[in-house]
Amino acid sequence: MDNLKQSSNPETQELTGAEIFTRCLVEEGATTVFGYPGGAVLHIYDELHKQEEVDHILVRHEQGAAHAAEGFAKSTGKVGVVLVTSGPGATNAVTGIADAYMDSVPLVVFTGQVRTALIGNDAFQEVDTVGITRPCVKHNILVKKVEDLPLAIKRAFHIAGTGRPGPVVVDIPKDVTEQSMVFSYPQDPDMRSYQPTIEGHAGQIKRAARLIAKAERPIIYSGGGVISSNAHEELTEFTRLTGFPITNTLMGLGAYPGTDPQFIQMLGMHGSYEANMAMHHSDVLIAVGARFDDRITGRLDGFCPYAKVIHIDVDPSSISKNFRAHVPVVGDARKVLRALTDELRDGKYTMPDISAWWGQIGEWAKKDSFAYEQDMDGEIKPQYVLDQLYKQTGGDAFVTSDVGQHQMWVAQLYKFTQPRRWINSGGLGTMGFGLPAAMGVQLAHPDAQVCCVTGEASIQMCIQELSTCRQYGLPIKIINLNNRYMGMVRQWQDFFYDSRYAMSYMDALPDFVKLAESYGHAGMKIEKPKDVEPALREILSLKDRLVFADFVTDPRENVFPMIAPGAAHNEMILS
Amino acid sequence: MRRILAVLLENEAGSLSRVANLFSARGINIESLAVTPTPDETLSRMTIVTFGDDRILEQITKQLHKLVDVVTVVDMTGQNHVEREMALIKLRLRDEGSVDDLQRVNKVYRGRIADVSALCYTSEVVGTSEEIDAYLAAMAEHEVVEVVRSGPLGIARGEQVLSIRQNQ
Ligand SMILES: Cc1ncc(C[n+]2csc(CCOP(=O)(O)OP(=O)(O)O)c2C)c(N)n1
Ligand SMILES: [Mg+2]
Repeated sequence: MDNLKQSSNPETQELTGAEIFTRCLVEEGATTVFGYPGGAVLHIYDELHKQEEVDHILVRHEQGAAHAAEGFAKSTGKVGVVLVTSGPGATNAVTGIADAYMDSVPLVVFTGQVRTALIGNDAFQEVDTVGITRPCVKHNILVKKVEDLPLAIKRAFHIAGTGRPGPVVVDIPKDVTEQSMVFSYPQDPDMRSYQPTIEGHAGQIKRAARLIAKAERPIIYSGGGVISSNAHEELTEFTRLTGFPITNTLMGLGAYPGTDPQFIQMLGMHGSYEANMAMHHSDVLIAVGARFDDRITGRLDGFCPYAKVIHIDVDPSSISKNFRAHVPVVGDARKVLRALTDELRDGKYTMPDISAWWGQIGEWAKKDSFAYEQDMDGEIKPQYVLDQLYKQTGGDAFVTSDVGQHQMWVAQLYKFTQPRRWINSGGLGTMGFGLPAAMGVQLAHPDAQVCCVTGEASIQMCIQELSTCRQYGLPIKIINLNNRYMGMVRQWQDFFYDSRYAMSYMDALPDFVKLAESYGHAGMKIEKPKDVEPALREILSLKDRLVFADFVTDPRENVFPMIAPGAAHNEMILS
Repeated sequence: MRRILAVLLENEAGSLSRVANLFSARGINIESLAVTPTPDETLSRMTIVTFGDDRILEQITKQLHKLVDVVTVVDMTGQNHVEREMALIKLRLRDEGSVDDLQRVNKVYRGRIADVSALCYTSEVVGTSEEIDAYLAAMAEHEVVEVVRSGPLGIARGEQVLSIRQNQ
């Protein structure tokens, strides 16, 4: 990193690495940092203390910092920033880094490191952070001298936020933060080895258009990549122009309005009957920013047996990784969709008449596969709570979730009409994600309604962040669907282990109302179906405080439909 | 199927482990890997030999290319290229009279004696991997006590040059 391209306004005064650190953040416009101090980063913390441009949010566990930065990043499209100390600070952040890697979330994670002279000596709080994080980052950098720091930070933000986004770790030894140099921020990340492809190949776009024009049973399958590349408008325009049915992955919800008649719901393991059947019977599959993971495809040799696949993705390695694409188009989803829409509008093509296909999809949709019944004198059905949440927020809230049944029910029942409103952990499936992610969302959108839908098991994985919420006055609404079980685990045990509930019962639960109160929040316990609606109304109206709403729900409810692992889309378990 | 890849990457600490990590994380074995800096010292060049079908190779090539440190990846398998490997082979000859035998085999395979001691001869052989295999087979009646092989190096024939702009 010696080919520094210096910015135009040279200064003469020397700054320390710690000062340079904050200056670089300001240069990047990265003025919210989630972190936790410790020995290796104390110079940096001292510097943060002296200035006012960068806000530091003190979490209660470094995992929380990473998830909060993810919530911030996913809801804004900006790069999220994390700052933790060496050793345990770094290892605690690893789950969040891996989560960001799996879901392509742009993060820059700064980890303190022991002094360069001590590296390799098993020094106090030394871990090989670059080695530990290597398999779960887009890139990582150990900064060995202060002269390398500005370019390392410039590159980190550039790499994290461009192409297929992802986390970048910058490991900074303590002595680097005290060395000094004349600072100037490089204008150019100057990387010959990193140049993501953005424009789609014109020939491939023409091939895709020809295939689309000949389709009889087409389907659009779009994922998180559409949201990352802010391609929701282009996707909507393309979908409306073609008149094709569209399904979204778990990560892609909100990229196309969930209330639109062309939307045939989420697909995959807990997707709708019509979406999965339409996938199975399709003859042209247009995949955009989606990666054909196993929760989507089920058994690969039974997946989309009749389809010609057009696959649009900015990451070439996602194409034909799991499933062969006939027309691969490498490029940014937004640019490619725009080019494809322009091509289709060119007058050379007529859109196929697919009314028979829509008729068939309508038949499948009659199964109403997300339906549930709420007996108003019985136990609260979790779906009922979410249905009410949807209705009362007008589909307009930011909703984060943890991992389990409750997550799938939000995905099925909350009709997102805008991108970046649905914030969940899809790829890694990290319990504990929901609350800290909601903090990041709320900090980025102080006046917005932010709800964290969780389960009594998941919430306990990062419950300490209730304290952070108190410190920063974050009025998050926690919707705890308390079924006294690790419901998703119990469901698998019902289906595949003759209902032997090994370790899935959540014994010794805390009194969540008192717990919330002890952190200085409001708590509420809701046990009867008839109380759900008024309780939610009250909860959502409390704009100035966090409310922990503990909904005691039916412990036996399962998520349907379900494609068992290793089954194909036309082998769904319906109820 | 055997594959040979040529990779140019930033000559930085950690670059090699990124590549090695990638193969193990994707469950693909590296048969051999040779790496050294190029005349442009900011770059290293690797020659990797691995096994896999077209799909695996396509995926590994894309994944390699995705590494931020990697500048160029070329699959040389199907291209016209020169491949050479070097081996150092320590032998205990069957009897004193076998030196002729050794020299005869060295002549065939362009080997030479690099070291001699009271009990052992060390020969040095450069050739394709098959030639080295054949050399070892030819020495089978002697005791091969130690073998060290460099793994193949590869370079395109003709005018084609592996450069930072060339990619597949
Ligand atoms: C950190 C972590 N550990 C374990 C799991 C495996 N797991 C997936 S869902 C689940 C149960 C979640 O229970 P709860 O939060 O109560 O949600 P529910 O399914 O009951 O709605 C478990 C243990 C996981 N996803 N993440
Ligand atoms: Mg539960």
